[in-house]
Amino acid sequence: MIAKLVLENLKHRPVRSLLSVLLIAGPVTLILSLVGLTHGMSEDTQRRQRGAGADIVVRGSTASSALTFSGASVPEGLTGAIEKQPHVRMAMGVINHNVELPLVVTGIDMQAFNQFTGGFTYLAGHGLEADNDILLDRYVAQQKKAEVGSSVKVLNQMWHVAGIIETGKLVRMAVKLHILQELDAARGKVTQIYVKVDDPANIPTVVPELKALLPSYSVETMAELIAAFDFNRIQGVSAFTTVIVVLGVVFGLIVVCLSMYMAVLQRTREIGILKAIGAGKTFILEIILLEALVMGIGGTILGILMSYVAYGLIRALVPASLTIIIVTSWWPIVGGITMVGAALGSLYPGWNAASHDAIEALSYE
Amino acid sequence: MSSAPVIEIQDLRKTYRVGQVDVPALRGVDLAVQPGEFLSIVGPSGSGKSTLFHIIGGLTPPTSGKVRIMDQDLASLSDAGRTRLRRRTVGFVFQKFNLLPNLTARDNIAVARYLGGGSQKADPQFDEILRLLGISQRLGHKPNALSGGEQQRIAIARAVVNRPAILLADEPTGNLDTANSKAVLEILRDLNQRTGQTILMITHNTEAAAYGHSTVHMRDGQIVQRTGA
Ligand SMILES: Nc1ncnc2c1ncn2[C@@H]1O[C@H](COP(=O)(O)OP(=O)(O)OP(=O)(O)O)[C@@H](O)[C@H]1O
Ligand SMILES: [Mg+2]
Repeated sequence: MIAKLVLENLKHRPVRSLLSVLLIAGPVTLILSLVGLTHGMSEDTQRRQRGAGADIVVRGSTASSALTFSGASVPEGLTGAIEKQPHVRMAMGVINHNVELPLVVTGIDMQAFNQFTGGFTYLAGHGLEADNDILLDRYVAQQKKAEVGSSVKVLNQMWHVAGIIETGKLVRMAVKLHILQELDAARGKVTQIYVKVDDPANIPTVVPELKALLPSYSVETMAELIAAFDFNRIQGVSAFTTVIVVLGVVFGLIVVCLSMYMAVLQRTREIGILKAIGAGKTFILEIILLEALVMGIGGTILGILMSYVAYGLIRALVPASLTIIIVTSWWPIVGGITMVGAALGSLYPGWNAASHDAIEALSYE
Repeated sequence: MSSAPVIEIQDLRKTYRVGQVDVPALRGVDLAVQPGEFLSIVGPSGSGKSTLFHIIGGLTPPTSGKVRIMDQDLASLSDAGRTRLRRRTVGFVFQKFNLLPNLTARDNIAVARYLGGGSQKADPQFDEILRLLGISQRLGHKPNALSGGEQQRIAIARAVVNRPAILLADEPTGNLDTANSKAVLEILRDLNQRTGQTILMITHNTEAAAYGHSTVHMRDGQIVQRTGA
């Protein structure tokens, strides 16, 4: 009977019901998109770093944050010294330059890069040949609407797109190492040196050796570096996520509360009638709570659907800058938050309505 | 009928407080209603008729005085106790029908039956009442698809579905034309005669008042006269 009353109430005012569901869906989408972005960005960066096939990374000691791994403070010449170490098979220096965060253009030595990583998979075009050549991965190309042969402006220079590469191998945009070094006034310097050992089992022995050899540099295993790329572990980012999630919850709570308050006001008379025919406080409260929960479920489902729309938009418009994935493990979390919010948000107006004097309600025109 | 009265009221007073002003609505009402009685209540606007009903139905507490309904002292009842009173002991019929607009006539009655704890199974005696009311064909409609007369008959069916000891009808014909008024009044009289339903009815109309066994006249929050049997 309560279910029937709630259903008929929702059906009786479809616009208000839909509006409320939409308003609840808003924060749900917001939270899911944000979570999708932080997870997506982390995964994407981690995948590309793994794609390099390196075991150890040597960086300048000031390169403390994983996010800003730009600048060049490591002498190129260290590569040779590192390669002389036992168990080290190969070392490769690259220089990074932040373009528009989180996009980075990387300077590579084509030959060393091919040897080290096994080379790019070309979707179109070829590797770096001329000095103004640039390689773009498919998402950057899509976002910049560039194809092989077209010109793109990066770092205030016009570059000629020589090739479009499959994503996932260390870089999003690549130019020649010495060109970027000159542009950065960092001749002979690199941002970091990737190191490959002969056998992964030897990583634990090589790392301390390199640390001893290069006391003023940061030596990390690739696993450590990748873990540091988890956006959720970067302090500012996780604080930001928390703030947005909290905002979403608070916003959702207010929306539910207002919406139920509206519903209760509109229904003062009906609640009075119910009381006159013998409905007690619990009955009225149950109706309002159930209605809020139904709207909460509706809002969660719609919010999840809308997060797919956000996903589609980001994938279509800015695939290189932002990587978003659908994080299904967050669905129940967001659903739970919404339900609690709906219950809390409707409790006050519900209790108010239930304790309302039926007479006032009945004389209400 | 000399059994114990279903309603027994002594020196009932009710004062509403509106802002800083005290509005006395009832100033010492004494009334006894016997089981099976059909009592009309008349009086000028603002004389406290509706207030009296709201107190009898437990919708609002009295300021002072003694009210006994079916041997229960209203003053001793909690909020839950008053809710129980409205479920099983008192049925309301209003001037403005007050049906739930979202629900069909059938569901309006079903909600009241559900609240009264009644089973949703067939009830031959209630079916008889529905026949008496002449609304069996209209049960599938929502209130806005029903005429005023039909709505009021549904409201009466809803009020008596749990067989309350007392039916309180506050100007049940106030919004109806002559033909529908007559039909509703005859239904109330039938109900009273056939099932022995105790009925209290507020009206402004002396013709309508004549349907009752006796008439109570109110003025300025007091009963000034009782006429008839
Ligand atoms: N909820 C309320 N709050 C404040 N004052 C009220 C309230 N209900 C009724 N009153 C006042 O109490 C007095 C009696 O009102 P009541 O509604 O009982 O009169 P009535 O005899 O039913 O009048 P009518 O014939 O117009 O329906 C009036 O002065 C009215 O203004
Ligand atoms: Mg009145």
